[in-house]
Amino acid sequence: MKKTVFFGALTVAGLVAGAASAATLDDVKARGSLNCGVTTGLVGFAAPDADGNWQGFDVGVCRAVAAAVLGDPDAVEFVPTTGQTRFTALASGEIDLLARNTTWTMSRDVDLKFEFVGVNYYDGQGFLVPKALGVTSATELDGATVCIQTGTTTELNLADYFRTNGISYEPVPIETNAEGQQQYLAGACDVYTTDASGLAATRATFENPGDHVLLPEIISKEPLGPLVRHGDNEWGDIARWTLNALITAEELGVTAANAAELSMEPGNNPEINRLLGTEGELGAMLGLEADWAKKAIMAGGNYGELFENNIGENTAIALARGLNAQWTDGGLIYSPPFR
Amino acid sequence: MSTLTDPPKPGFRLSQLIYDTRYRSITIQVIALVLIVGALWWLVNNTVNNLNALGKDFNFGFLSSAAGYDINQTLIEYNNQMSHGRAAMVGILNTLLVAFMGCVSALVIGVFVGVLRLSKNWVVSRLMAVYVEGFRNVPLLIWILLIGAVMSESMPQPRDFRGEDATTSMILGDSVAVTNRGIWIPRIGFTNSISGEEAVAPIEGATPVASGGADWLLVLGTFALSLIAMRFVRMRADKIQHATGERPKTWYQLMGLFFVPVGIVLFALGAQIVTPYLKGFNFTEGTHLRNSLIALWVALSLYTGAFIAEIVRAGILAVSKGQSEAAAALGLRPNRTMNLVILPQALRVIIPPLISQFLNLTKNSSLAIAVGYMDVRATLGGITINQTGRELEGMLLMGAFYLALSLLISGGMNYYNRSTQLAER
Repeated sequence: MKKTVFFGALTVAGLVAGAASAATLDDVKARGSLNCGVTTGLVGFAAPDADGNWQGFDVGVCRAVAAAVLGDPDAVEFVPTTGQTRFTALASGEIDLLARNTTWTMSRDVDLKFEFVGVNYYDGQGFLVPKALGVTSATELDGATVCIQTGTTTELNLADYFRTNGISYEPVPIETNAEGQQQYLAGACDVYTTDASGLAATRATFENPGDHVLLPEIISKEPLGPLVRHGDNEWGDIARWTLNALITAEELGVTAANAAELSMEPGNNPEINRLLGTEGELGAMLGLEADWAKKAIMAGGNYGELFENNIGENTAIALARGLNAQWTDGGLIYSPPFR
Repeated sequence: MSTLTDPPKPGFRLSQLIYDTRYRSITIQVIALVLIVGALWWLVNNTVNNLNALGKDFNFGFLSSAAGYDINQTLIEYNNQMSHGRAAMVGILNTLLVAFMGCVSALVIGVFVGVLRLSKNWVVSRLMAVYVEGFRNVPLLIWILLIGAVMSESMPQPRDFRGEDATTSMILGDSVAVTNRGIWIPRIGFTNSISGEEAVAPIEGATPVASGGADWLLVLGTFALSLIAMRFVRMRADKIQHATGERPKTWYQLMGLFFVPVGIVLFALGAQIVTPYLKGFNFTEGTHLRNSLIALWVALSLYTGAFIAEIVRAGILAVSKGQSEAAAALGLRPNRTMNLVILPQALRVIIPPLISQFLNLTKNSSLAIAVGYMDVRATLGGITINQTGRELEGMLLMGAFYLALSLLISGGMNYYNRSTQLAER
């Protein structure tokens, strides 16, 4: 991890020439694989399965982009990053795309020079505590020891929340979710705080998930989404519209199972036809093949399928769609039209 | 070699730059200089280009903006509304703290183990050998992680101390709490504090106490004066011994100087021992030695101590056997032989490699990241860089800090080294 920071800094320092060169699409095509930054392991979002294959909701975004660009959802080099290394890795060109439940904030967008291509999960920061503690509200946490991942927005939210409520806490800085889980279960901290989805995913891997509760307070807005570097708008467009394609596919009822069929025998819904490339020139506009979106959808399914298969109510993590339902179902997930 | 003795020829041919030893060294130096300058120029130019391409500028303004994050161990006043520069300062002090504690304890461990490894007692010398080889040959990071994991996994939680059926209790007369969040030890508070800080009762019904920098400055200042006075007493004793051959008894004067002045100051300030107690989620009052500090400190001390032990052993072995035999022939007892004859000579061999061990320890303290100790790498080089996106500036500042610290340590140690060297005429 130290090494990555170091190399990242060196790269920014200019030891690797052309790290910030503009044509990411050409680089990815020439390399034949997409370097995608993910977490070091958060079940449901990005974690290697028993066979060592990366699985998860964020991984699904990486695979969709790889499928759209290279035609192969497996042509992805997953680069595990921590809260501290992720931005350096992206800025230095070590990764092409960062899909690591990263919160979209103004300073990251503007000052850190990144481009968030959309939101794939609307989240908020929550608190996980052992039931035995008898705590029912975050305002009762005065003096508690809190495990917190360093270099995250949650770290800043936590500081703000405790300050505005006039209560104190003892932060225990941790690097990765795995470390946080170990410290929390050992009782080295009373509370574990991060995005509520991450807490649910972490709790699902506990031996006795029922012994731990999420406190009702959600103390922040955490719109999580994939991001790319500033300065290469074509690449940003590809990532943005791949995500939008997955969202639109759910809205229009295009799934991994029927995408091939729908593109073989185009129906009379023009938006589906444009999405799947049987009509119009949308693929060419992006510099991709006409069926890019079809490949992206077939990589892991549309947005809804990715959600249900990785973090949905039928999985161990059991997250409800909530804010992440389609706008037609009263949620916030909304894609601009394919036109 | 003939060129050297040849009479100088008139005129200058270009080939002389390579074949003439008078010019060759200059040629090589000029080429080297050009290459170095070229490499530096390329580095700087490339950095500037890439920063431009990223749309980033190079400035240190971020140091004065609000940090926004909290730090658990702060030696100076800090809260999350203070600046990134202040947070960096907190980190620097934490680095200095663990480096200082580590250097002192590593030196103590090293000297003891180094001497004991030469013991004639087979069990003692073997045990020391096992320690040295065990610690020297396993990476430091693993020791840090191991000690950190043992602390957090096997020690009781604070809540185990609570209630009638507590599963564990505080040790040393209910004054020290060993938990998986660190160790709480008693601290000293002053009822008549001169620091101007507001006195608060550590527990309901107790006398209010405060403790600030001014109090400790007074106590430590008095202690330092006592030490100087003790030195004068010893010098006077030496003088008398040189003149008359008899050394006056000084131990009661030394003991008096050691304890009485500090004792008086502590009494005047109304020093009280404040013991930690369980309140809410954690222990409160007392001094909290966090797991991260303990793991880092212990691992650094034991690891570097093993190297220092070998340096000390080598230094002692470097003093010729004739010296100790001569000392024995003069009738010096073994402990006097060690203190007056062997160690002073061994120091000349020991100090130079010792300097580099101290430097290693200081720089190795940046492994703090493994256990979440908030040193300068974690604050300035970690969270600040991450929140502000100023990788280049942050890394440069951190490099400059470690460079300055290392130069300072080696400068100080070199000064001490010169004072122990043999004065040759």
